[in-house]
Amino acid sequence: MTSTVLPYRYRVADRHPETADTVTLNLHPIDEPLPVFDPGQFAMLTAFGVGEVPISVSGRTRSSGPLEHTLRAVGPVTTALYGSRPGDVLGVRGPFGMGWDLPAARNRDLVLVAGGIGLAPLRPVLLTALAEPAEYRTIVVLVGARTPADLLYGRELEALHGRPGVYVGVTVDRAENGWRGHIGVVTTLLDHAPFDPNDAVAMVCGPELMMRFTAESLVRRGMPADRIQISLERNMRCGVGHCGHCQLGPLLLCRDGPVVGYDRAASLLITREL
Amino acid sequence: MILHNHPFLAGLPEALVDRLAEHAHPVTLAPDHRIFAEGAAADRFWLIENGTVALDIQVPGRGTVVLETLGPWTVLGWSWLQPPYRWHFGAVARQTTVATEFHAPEIRTLLAADPLLGYALTSRFLPVIVDRLQAARLRLLDLYAAPAKAGS
Repeated sequence: MTSTVLPYRYRVADRHPETADTVTLNLHPIDEPLPVFDPGQFAMLTAFGVGEVPISVSGRTRSSGPLEHTLRAVGPVTTALYGSRPGDVLGVRGPFGMGWDLPAARNRDLVLVAGGIGLAPLRPVLLTALAEPAEYRTIVVLVGARTPADLLYGRELEALHGRPGVYVGVTVDRAENGWRGHIGVVTTLLDHAPFDPNDAVAMVCGPELMMRFTAESLVRRGMPADRIQISLERNMRCGVGHCGHCQLGPLLLCRDGPVVGYDRAASLLITREL
Repeated sequence: MILHNHPFLAGLPEALVDRLAEHAHPVTLAPDHRIFAEGAAADRFWLIENGTVALDIQVPGRGTVVLETLGPWTVLGWSWLQPPYRWHFGAVARQTTVATEFHAPEIRTLLAADPLLGYALTSRFLPVIVDRLQAARLRLLDLYAAPAKAGS
């Protein structure tokens, strides 16, 4: 059986809480490791006896072996996964889907725009780009979160401030006293970010409306729609385009996505109940 | 004062910029300086060139709550455009902020007397207001909150 059909056993090696309801799990293979994941691809994670959910890879993706996934507890399966402890065994199928087209950003500005948990699927892109900074003109990272307490990878983002060739902007929707950073929607960060819309590639991940407004904002600034990549999610089940649960118009997102060019996705985002 | 370079006035004929400039002067606002308070007379507006300004409001039981921050090359203040010419929110400089301050009553008189300039300026304020309305609506949706109906 292949890794796309039967879950491979992985042991939780480490568990790092990111926020009150979000955790990063470091998984080590018990048996044969799964093939190497590309940034933006996802795995089906199984909490045995509870169920299976699609979760994007959120760590380095250059070699097979350990996997890193950041997930938020929102339902029974993700709550079970969130509650897993070092030593627990999970099931993993994958890798699935089309990831981010990072080579398209070579010799251009790379603009990453994340909202909420959407930073997790973009993190492998960021880590890859940071490891080869000469390949890109400027790496722009724009992050929106609900509150300062909901920011993912806060220390990693902070460590990027002042790094040559990297620009980081962070905003929150609301904050109580004590937060001295930006307050407002993530699209407002585009105004000050140092990139040339005519010669940049954007990768956007977050709630669908956030991605839509961000993509529209980028297009208004002159970025061609086919150079904006977004990550879509529907009800992924089989992961290989057989069951049809994740259909979005002509796309089966587990196979044709989750990363899709905005030129293809724009009309699908405003279509009611396909 | 670098009005000609401010994106808010981009495309405005130089002669019109000069007429506006007659009622403006550069200001440097110190960190934590309250620029205006909600309810006060809205008699000025600013084109921010550098720094950050926080828009805030007093909420009983919570104190001063910041609603939004405005960065370089943005415009601060539009309550002066519409009666009763009172600020709906307050504004505080978060860091040293360099801006051009306009005297609103004089600008209103200027716009009333010159429909071309009036159209040019209000058509620049409209997209700003639309953008901020859309942003406010998006934030009302609370997109990053956990789904009310739990998924998987």
